[in-house]
Parts: sequence; C-alpha cells; structure tokens
Amino acid sequence: MEFLESYLLSFILFLPVVVAAVIALLPSNEKTLIRWVAFLGSLLTFGLALILWVNFESNRPGFQFEEIHIWYSAIHSSYHVGVDGISLSMVLLTTLLTPLVILASFKIGDRVKAYMALFLLLETGMLGVFISLDLLLFFVFWEIGLVPMYFLINQWGSEKGERELWGGRKVSARAYASFKFMIFTMAGSLGLLLAIQMIGVISGTFDLPLLVERWNSIDKQLMGIPVSTVKAIAFWAFTIAFAIKVPLWPFHTWLPDAHTEAPTAGSMILAGVLLKLGAYGFLRLVLPLYPEQARQYSGILAILAVLSIIFGALSSFGQTDFKRLVAYSSVNHMGFVMLGIAAAAFAQGTESGTIALNGAVLQMFNHGLSAAGMFFLVGVIYERTHTRNLNDFGGLFPLVPVYGGILIFTSMASLGLPGLNGFISEFLVVRGTWGVGWVFPLFTALSMIGLFFTGAYILKGIKMVLHGPLNKKWVGHLSEISPREIIIMSPLIVLMLILGVWPAWLLDVINKAVLALF
Amino acid sequence: MQFPIISVIVFIPIISGMLILLIPGERKTEIRVTALAASAVALGLSILLYFSYDIEIAGYQFVEKYTWLQDLGISYYVGVDGMNTPLVLLTGIVMFTGVLISWGIDDRPREFFAFLFILATGVFGVFVSLDLFMLFFFYEIAVFPMFLLIAIWGWKVTREYAAMKLTLYLFVGSVVALVGALAMYFTSGLGTFDMIALEGAAFPVVFQKFWFPFVFLGFAVLGGIWPFHNWSPDGHVAAPTAVSMFHAGVLMKLGAFAALRVGIMLLPEGAKFWMPFIILLTIVNVVYGAYIAMVQSDLKYVIGFSSVSHMGLVAMGFATLNREGMIGAGVQMFSHGVMTALFFAVVGMIYDRAHTRLIPELGGFSKKMPLVTVAFIVGGLVSMGMPGFSGFIAEFPIFMGVWRMQPWIAIVASISIVITASYIIRIISKVFFGKMPEEYADHIHDVTVLDKVALVLLAGILFILGVYPSIMVPLVESGVDNILRLLGGA
Amino acid sequence: MSGSIDSTMTFALLPEILLLFVAGFVLVFDLVWSDDRKRGLGWLTAGGLILTLVVSLIFARPPAEGILVWGSMLRYDWLGFVFKMLFIFGAAITALLSMDVKDLGTRGEFYILMVVSTIGMGLMAASADMIMLYLAIETTSIPLYILAGFFKTDQKSTESGFKYLLFGAMTSALLVYGFSLLFGYSGTTSIYGLAGAIQAGLIAQAPLIGSVFLILVGFSFKVSAVPFHFWAPDVYEGAPTPVAGFLSTASKAAGFAVLIRFFMSALPSLSTDWRLVIAIISVATMTLGNFLAITQNNIKRMLAYSSIAHAGYILVGVATVLELGMVSVVFYLIAYLVTNLAAFGIVVTFWRTSHSDEIKDYDGLSRRAPGLALAMLVAFLSLAGMPPFGGFIAKVLVFAAAVKADMVWLAVIGVLNSIIGLYYYLIVLKHVYLYRSDNEESLVVVSTPARIALVVLTAAILIVGIGFAPWFEWSSSAASILF
Repeated sequence: MEFLESYLLSFILFLPVVVAAVIALLPSNEKTLIRWVAFLGSLLTFGLALILWVNFESNRPGFQFEEIHIWYSAIHSSYHVGVDGISLSMVLLTTLLTPLVILASFKIGDRVKAYMALFLLLETGMLGVFISLDLLLFFVFWEIGLVPMYFLINQWGSEKGERELWGGRKVSARAYASFKFMIFTMAGSLGLLLAIQMIGVISGTFDLPLLVERWNSIDKQLMGIPVSTVKAIAFWAFTIAFAIKVPLWPFHTWLPDAHTEAPTAGSMILAGVLLKLGAYGFLRLVLPLYPEQARQYSGILAILAVLSIIFGALSSFGQTDFKRLVAYSSVNHMGFVMLGIAAAAFAQGTESGTIALNGAVLQMFNHGLSAAGMFFLVGVIYERTHTRNLNDFGGLFPLVPVYGGILIFTSMASLGLPGLNGFISEFLVVRGTWGVGWVFPLFTALSMIGLFFTGAYILKGIKMVLHGPLNKKWVGHLSEISPREIIIMSPLIVLMLILGVWPAWLLDVINKAVLALF
Repeated sequence: MQFPIISVIVFIPIISGMLILLIPGERKTEIRVTALAASAVALGLSILLYFSYDIEIAGYQFVEKYTWLQDLGISYYVGVDGMNTPLVLLTGIVMFTGVLISWGIDDRPREFFAFLFILATGVFGVFVSLDLFMLFFFYEIAVFPMFLLIAIWGWKVTREYAAMKLTLYLFVGSVVALVGALAMYFTSGLGTFDMIALEGAAFPVVFQKFWFPFVFLGFAVLGGIWPFHNWSPDGHVAAPTAVSMFHAGVLMKLGAFAALRVGIMLLPEGAKFWMPFIILLTIVNVVYGAYIAMVQSDLKYVIGFSSVSHMGLVAMGFATLNREGMIGAGVQMFSHGVMTALFFAVVGMIYDRAHTRLIPELGGFSKKMPLVTVAFIVGGLVSMGMPGFSGFIAEFPIFMGVWRMQPWIAIVASISIVITASYIIRIISKVFFGKMPEEYADHIHDVTVLDKVALVLLAGILFILGVYPSIMVPLVESGVDNILRLLGGA
Repeated sequence: MSGSIDSTMTFALLPEILLLFVAGFVLVFDLVWSDDRKRGLGWLTAGGLILTLVVSLIFARPPAEGILVWGSMLRYDWLGFVFKMLFIFGAAITALLSMDVKDLGTRGEFYILMVVSTIGMGLMAASADMIMLYLAIETTSIPLYILAGFFKTDQKSTESGFKYLLFGAMTSALLVYGFSLLFGYSGTTSIYGLAGAIQAGLIAQAPLIGSVFLILVGFSFKVSAVPFHFWAPDVYEGAPTPVAGFLSTASKAAGFAVLIRFFMSALPSLSTDWRLVIAIISVATMTLGNFLAITQNNIKRMLAYSSIAHAGYILVGVATVLELGMVSVVFYLIAYLVTNLAAFGIVVTFWRTSHSDEIKDYDGLSRRAPGLALAMLVAFLSLAGMPPFGGFIAKVLVFAAAVKADMVWLAVIGVLNSIIGLYYYLIVLKHVYLYRSDNEESLVVVSTPARIALVVLTAAILIVGIGFAPWFEWSSSAASILF
C-alpha cells in the first residue's frame, strides 16, 4: 500500500498506456473484449483517482503526492509530478469522463482496437499535463495529446461532408477539421516551445516550483534584451498557445470544425477535457510565472474573454447544425473561465480575485460535465436520425420523453439555471469580476449580454428538437434512449445536480488551492 | 589481453563479405543467411560495447593500438568514447535491419552484400578511429562501394547519374579535408597521426583559422551541409532501399562526425572563429531543406530532402559549440539515423508493391500494411520532434544551445518544425489513409515477417529513447564534456 | 679503385649476370624445343626470373651506404637494388601474361628481348656515369622498340614500333648531346663528379641550363611527361598488350630511377630552379593525361593516358626535393607497377577471348567472369587511389610530400586531378558491372599462367595497400642514398 501511495500519480498516469498496450495485443476481431478491457481499465484509473481524492489533504498548501525521478538530467529536466486542489479536480474530471466516453463508443465497429488504444493514450496525455510539475514534461504531455486526437477525428469522424483546401483540393470534412486542429495547436505550441527553451536557458532548470521561486528574481539579460521584454515575449508566447487551446476569441476557429466533425466520444473529450488544458496552462504557468505581465495585459484578456462569451453565444444561436451549436457553446462557456482568470490576474490576492478564480476553476469542471453531456446527447439523436440539422427535428418530446427530459436537464445546467452546477460557477465568476478594478465591472455587464444569448441559443436548441409540431417522419423510427446511454449520462446528471445544490465538497478544495496560489 | 571487441566489430563485415563472395552465386539463401548472421553478430557486439562503456570513467575505452608505419607515425589506433559509441550501435542496427530489408534482392545478392559489407567496415572504421591516417583510410573505403551499390542495384532512371555525382562529390570533399589533415600533420611537428596527441598540438591560431573551413566543410559535404548537399537527394532516391538506409542513416553521420573529430576537436580556435558563419549555412539546411521537401511529389525525394534538413540540425548543434547544442547533435545523429532508416525501409516497401513513388498516385496503404503505417507514423512523429520520441530529445537541446548562441536563429530554425509537420501529415494522410488507386489495389499484400521485425526494432528504439533518454544522453554528455575541454570550456 | 674484380662488385652485378644466364637458357631451349613446346619458354623465363629475384634478394643486397663499383660506372646501392627487383618482378609477370598470346608467347626472341631490356633497366638504375647511363638506356630501349612492333603483320604494331623508335632515337640523341656538353665543361662523365664540378662553377650558366634542358627532354620522353608524351598512346595501343604493360610500368620506372638519381645527385645545387620546372611539368602531365583519358573508347589508349597522368603524380614527389618526396616516388612506382600490370594483364586476358580493346565490349564482364571483373575492380580502384589498395597510400605519400614542402598548391592540383581520374575509372567499372551484353553466357578463357599472374598482382595490390610498412622501408632505404 505504501508503494501504491508513493507512486499513485504515476500509476494513474500510466495505467491507461498499459491498458492500451494490452489492447494492442488482443486479436482485432474480439471487439467486445477490447471494448470491455478498455472500459474496465479506464474505470480502474478512475478508481485510483478517487483514492487520490480521498487521501488528498486540502488543508495542506502546496503539492501532494509528489514524485521526482531523473528523466533528462543533461538539460535539468526531471519527471516531477504532483497535484494540488486545482489539478486534482482536473484529474478527477478526466478520469471520470474517460470511462464514460469509452462506454459511449461501444457502438463504434471500425478498427475498435486502434480507436480504444488512441483514447487511452489521449487520457495519459491529458493527465500528464495536469500533474506535471516540470515545464518540459508539461510540454511533452501537451504535445502527446495532439496525435491521438488528430487520428480520432481524421479516421473516425463524421463521414459526410466535404471542404475545400487551398488550390481547390477537396478533402473530407473530417480530414479538414483534423488538419486544422493539428496545425493551429502546433503553431501555438511552437511559440510555447521556444519560450520554454528560453526559460530553460536563462534559469537553468525546468522544474516548476523552482522556477516560480527563481523566476521573479532573475535579472540577467538575454543577449542584450532587458529581462522585462523577454518576459513579456515569453508571456505572450505562452498566452497565445493556451489561448488557442481554450479557445479564446479570435483563436477559436479550429474548434467548431473539430468538435463537429469528431466522433461523439471525441467531441465529448475534446470539449470536456482538452479545452481545459489551455485554461489550466494559464493557471499553472502564466499566472505564477508572469504575474506582472498578467496584470498588465489582463485587460486585453478580459476583452477577448467577453468577446468569446458574446460571439460564442451569438454564433451558437445562428447555427442550424445541432452539434455546431453545442460546439460554439464551448467557446461561450470557456469565455467565462477566461474572464475569471483575467480578473484574478488583475487583482491577484484580493478577495474578488480569489472568488473569480474559484469560479473559473469550478466552471472548468462544470463545463466539462455539461459539454460532455450535451455532445453525447447530440450523438444519441444523431445515431438514430442520421442528421444533425435542427430543422429536421421538431416536437420529438412525446416520442422520446426520457431523452427529452435528460436533454432539458443538461441544457439547463449548461445555461446556468440556479440549482444546477452551471449557475454556481458562472455566478462566482461574475461576482468576482465585478469587484475587481473599475473596468472589469464593465466587462461583467457585457458578459451579461452574453448570458442572455446563452439562454437564447439553449432554448432555441431545445425548442427545435423537442417542442413544436411533431415532425412526422420520425414517428416509429425513433427509439428511446437506451439503458447504456442512460448509464453514461447518469454520473454527469448526478454531479451536475449535486454541484448545483451543494458545491462545497469541490469548491473547498479548489478554494484552498487558489488561496495557496497567491 | 582483453577481447578486441572494436576490431572484431570493424572487420567482421568485410571478412564476411569476402566469405560471401566465395559462395556460388546461385545459392541465394546461403548468401542471405550468412549476411544476416554476420550482421547479427556485429549488432550484438555493438550492443555489448554500448552497454559496457563505463560513463563514470569516461574517456576513450576499449582502446587498441598497433603500429602501422613507424616512420610516419601511422598506427591502427581505435577506441570509443561518448560520441562514437552510439554511432557504432547505430551502424550495427542499420546494418542488421538493412540486411533484413534486402532479403528480396534477387539480382546478384552475393555481390550486393559483399559491397554493402565493405561499406559497413569502412563506416565502423571511421567511427572508431583515433589515428588521422586511419580515419581517411576507412573513410575512402566507405565511399567507393556506394558507387557500385547505387549504379548496379539502384533505380534505373537516375542511378548512373546519381552514383557518379555522389562518388565524385564525396571524393572531392574528402580529399580537400585530406590536404588539410596533411597540413596539420606536418605543422604539428609531432610526427604522428595519433589524434589524441594532435589534440594537444596547439596549432597556431592563424593556421587554424585558415585550415578549419577546408577540413570542416570537406567532411561536412558528406554530412549534407548546404550548399554542398546536392549529391544527397539524388543519391538517396537512386539507391536501393538498404543502401538509402545506410546512406542517410549512417553515412551522412560519418561526415558530421569526422567534421567534429578532425575539424572541431583538432582545430578548436578555428572552430570558434568560423562557427558564427557556418551556423548560417546550417540554417539554410534546416529551413530550406524542409521547404524543398514539402514541395516534392516523389516520396523518396521528400525523405531525401528531409534528411538534408535534419542533418542541418546536427551541424547546427555542433556549430553552437556549447553543451546543450552538442548533446543534442550527438543524440540527433543517432535518432535521425534510426528514423531515416525506418523511412527509407517503408518507402522501399511501398515502391516494391505499387511501383510508383509519386504521392498523388499513392493511397490507402494503412489497410493493407497496418504495421508499416504505424511504423511510419512513429517515424513521422520523430521527424516532427514530437515529444515522447527520440526526435524531441534530440532537437530540444539543440534549440536550447542555439538560444544561448543567437536567439533569432532558434526562432528562424523552428519554422522548419512547422514545415516538417505539414509535409509529414500530408504524406500520412494521403499515402496511408485516403483511397488506394485501382491500378494496383489487388497486387498489394502485406510485408514479410522479416520486414516487420526490422520496422518494429527501428520504431521501438525511437520510442524507447523518447521516453527514457537516460539510456543515451549521459553517454553523449561524457563525450561532449571532453570536446568542451578541448574548446577551452566554452 | 682497384684493378681486380672483387666479390662486392660481382654481387653488384649478380642480378644482371643471372639474367644473362636466363636469356642464354631461353635461347638454347628455343633452338632445341619443337614448336609445340615453345610455350614452355614462358615458364622457363618466368621461373628463371623469379629464381634470379630470390637469389638476388638473399645475396645481392647492397650496403646501407652505396659504393661506386666497376670503375665508378655503377653504384651499388639500395636505389639501384630496389628498382632492379622491381624490374625483374615486372618482367616475370609480363612473361606469364604473354605466354598464351598468339605469335608472342611461343617466340623465344620475345622473351630474350625482354630479359635483355630488363638487364638494361637494371643498369640504368645503377648507373653512376653518363656514358654508362646512355648505354644502359639504349640497351633498354632498342629491344623495346622491337617488342613494340613485334606483330609484324599488324599495321598498328609496326606503326607503334616505328614511332617509338623514331621518338626514342631522337630524344636519345638530345640526351647524349646534353651529356656531352656537360662532359665538355666539367671534364668528368661521372654523375657524382658533376655535382662537384657545378658547385666549383666550372660550367657557365647558359650551357648548364641548355644541357639540363636537353637531358630533361630525354628523361621526360622516357617517363612520358608532357610535352614529350605523345608517343605513348599510339605506342601502347599498337604494341602487343603485355609489352604495353611492361612499357608503362618497368620502363617508366627505369626512367624515374634515372631521373631522380641524376637530378638529386648531380644537380642538387640547382634544385631551387629545376624543382619549379618539374612542378610545372607535373601539373601539365597530370592534367593533360587525365582530361584526355576521359574521352577514350579504347581501353589501351585510356590506360596510356592514365599512365601519363600517373607520371604526373610521381613528378609531384620529384618536385618536392625532400626525402619524403623521393620515398614517395619509389613507393608510388612499386604500387603503380603492380597495379598497372594488373590492368594490362586483364586487358590482354580479355582480348584473347573477345579480340577487342573497346571499352564497350567489356559490358557485362562481371557476369561473364566475376573473378576477372573483381581483379579489374581492384586494379582500377587502386589506379584511382582508393583504399585499401596500394594506389591510395602512394597518392597520400606524394601529396603529403608536397604539403611538407610547402607546395600545397601542387597537392591541391594533384588532388583535383585524382577526382578526374576517378571519374573515368568509374566509367569503365560501370561498363563492367552495370551494363549488360548479349555475350554474357560465353566464358572468358583465362589461362593458367595469366591466372597466376593476376592473382599474384591482386594480392600485391592489397598487400602494398594494407601492409605498407615493409615497402615503405624499402623505399626509404632507396631514397636515403640520394641525401
């Protein structure tokens, strides 16, 4: 048990890879076996994450379950992992969603082995980002997450649709989406890479805790450029990379395509976890390392966040493709996350700032749940109707009442209905932002417009699918939501409810971590 | 007396090559099996050597020295240190996988393997040489078999042209360096070709500044430095698969390594003077090479130019003359060697089946050759410098080293990463996924077991090095420390 | 100088004496044996020559410091000795290679003339006196003129012999004129005495330069240096191939032996002047030889131009005037002899089956006769200067000497020329290994003596290339007497 305790994080991190390796050895046609091995493996990982949660002492500041091992000593980078409250919540989210996502993929029949292996590898990549305490390691896992996602979209994405590339070449929509996703993210990563290299060169280490200590006292010049300029450049490099991931307007354009064309499970994990990687990057790296620059430019970030909220909502509202509507909603919701972070950056250490940050992190968790849920539900209806066009639906409520109920519930959580989780986090963000400085209240007000449209698009979505006159063609052809699908939704529903009514169990942990951060 | 492991590794190929020549030409199976056995022995010994090297002690180990010509101070003098031990291992790996991939050569396999093995001996010999004369001796031995291998077994369309161009180019480079080496020999006044002794010769600075470009660039021609890289893409494309694997995987490293050993280590002041200029050449390699690779439609040309680009990174790493850069260069030599061997092996497999290498005409290979696809993806990720694989382990320190020297160069060079990513993705999505053209869809069958063994070995190494860099980096570090000492602790 | 003949003097001439015996035996057996056994004369000659070689190696080694013998006509030293051994070896090989050539190997006169020429060469290498030198040169050359034109009915052969005769006679005349001028002014015919005479200022500037120029012409002809090279391609092409091989190696070596002895022992004080001249001649020779070789379609002509180019490389060593330079000259000649004889040996072997000397008829040789093709690979790569063959060491030594002498430019030109050389040698190898022909099934007949010769030569090329220390020692001993 000692052994398990001392290496718990590594276990959690690498168990998915081990399971993937096991799957690689299974015969390709044993699809059921493969699916169940993957599911149980990911469930096991979730179990370990729960053990982690239970043993985590939220009162202790700093990182727990730390492990340091030699990795690449020549350049002073080590395998250094650990969790604090923020990363713990993210780990929980990831390990919770993965089994659900795998369960949701049971209907996939094409190359199941590769599909499951890729998902598990993706899980490791995401977990690695959240628990890394070494900058280089962070980058490694950041990049590792790209490749499985690329293939998942490219190979198992939606089969219909075509887009045009440069030179008039036509490619399938999923190829286009995956390519754009890859290139955008890599372009951002490039800046990140260069900035990380520079940091390594200047400070002689990649270890995050050490860096946070040392970084602010560095006054060396890099090739004759003053330190503040260097830090500013690095700040922007980091910011852009993470902004692309979040995504922050105007770096978001990869998202609608990627989310829409990805297979259901892919969209779930993309929206549920991957976007959080970007926000997490802001929290873990940008704020501690560049507090000055963060404060300086927080206004810009806030503006962009507000624009994300507003434009995201407006775009959502204008969609006829259900999945695209949900995709844009991610932009909208992540905008709140960013707003909270921007406020916290401006007002570091103040009460409002803390509240805003709490809200941001909670929103990350909440949006993970609701987005995954929404995408799944879209997937459910798509499987049955083979269309995502909202105009094709209508008045389905009597046909699929259970589904309808679940859809309404999840949508309400997404919308931020009080009593459900979305409300708590959005409220915290808004409250926190309001109390910061003088321009931020303005932003808050603007974001309210966004909220207004959020309501609009969600209600529109529900209306067009469930209410209104019944679209005759679905009569008799539409089956109710299956037990498996309900099982997938249940943990999400339960959590959304609990968090909405009694958020303290999570919020406490987050709060203490946030306080320790400043 | 300890087992002369280095000499055995060096001479096993050529001795087996001579033995193979004695086998009657029709007995192809015996020929192949002998070749495989010999390469397996060489690989085994090189692995043994690799893990027997003691990093604590560092310095040159497993040294053997025999006088060759007293009067001129020429000796047969070999030893391994942190820089060349990985390269010896690399050669063993490429030799072994090369034989596996060449199993299907049907036209005079006897002569093919004999010449290939002569090449292998030459390569091994250069890597382990501690005597300047001996280095040249083996260097030239490595050049001429390429001519025959490409001209006889290469791609019919360009093989004669490519073979002649390659041989003449490389020969020019090496003789230019030879003149420099002779100048060093006489100027040192030591009357010996012993490189370790020459390291301490303290040549006058003027001398070093004059001769460094000749020596460094003469060898770097084989390393593919711009603008003397021209022989490489044509050579790559025209050569038969195993020869391409050797060529890009090992031979180009020979050039970079000799440039290091003879140029940087023996003329350190000259190196310090010239490197700020030479690094500009390497930038062209890195960025331009990637760009040209991107616009090719022949798959093999893409890989060929990609080699030019990646070798540019090696040269760039050396050009930084600092710790991180050189560590990265050392690892990159190994990583790229394995990666490019893998690439060429895959290209060969595709060409053998589809009889075309034009990307527009290829497609859908993942369905017929799944393992090959995965292997190529691994190679592609290495090429892009994706973390988790050896390419990242190699490229990251190189960039760090460049940052220390001139930050803007790092930024410019990193453009190549994006370009590389784009063409790799393009190839993967078109050639492996996408639709397989009708013309040959029925003739394509999966690769043989031997091919798979080779691919798994190569891809596995790339992965292992990527997640566990300590398996190689400390070794390279110890070699780099020695070089830095010669440079005066720069 | 004593009046009697002592054992040292005998040993000095031991090789020549033995060679006379060999010639005598061949003469006798030629008369005695019937036509169908005449082929055995080749074995006899080769055997006799080898025996001579062995006996000389055991008994006829000179003292480390050379001494003048036979009335100061000859010098008994390592330079002469090494070269003599080389010539005898070359002659033996040539005998073996000629044995099965129609109208050549069954003719006793052929062997006798060759042996006599060898005697002459040995005397050339050991000459210490100008008159002796001239006699030796003629003794060498006249048989060679006849040998070149040996195929009486073949137009090319007779033309070759005639041309050789005319050029040779003319340059010999110039040579002896130069000698006579020097004698006239210095009062001595001894090469070693000349040095003193010149230092004492006995010879005026103009006649000195003039006579050196004339002598240089004569020597240049012998070694086929530019601009007195133009006999070589026609003569090599027309002469019977083994003779061409012998000419291009042993005869050229003899010319070099004489050149270095004369210039280093008689004219060391003028070395700063003539070294530059030699360097220029060297550049011209290398370059012209290499460039003209590129365009040849006939392999014998190509080899002829290649030989000219090699003379150029050797002249680089001469031009350095350093001890290392002279060592490199001797070493080069050793390596070159075995290599070039191998090349010509292969040509004659192939010619016996195909009756062609065109390069394109060598297509597909590697499939017809893999062993022969391999020998050709070895020989040609050695000519190109590739390791692990003798040619590589030879070239490195010559260029090293140039670098040591601060004549780096000369080394660079030499090196660039090597690349051109590589090019045309590779072309031939391409024909052999790459191109296909329709005759691939028909075998190439290689007779036993030719096989022996080629195996020995191929082994020699490798030995000189890898285990070069002993040959270097020999070359050092030979060169050291010049300083």
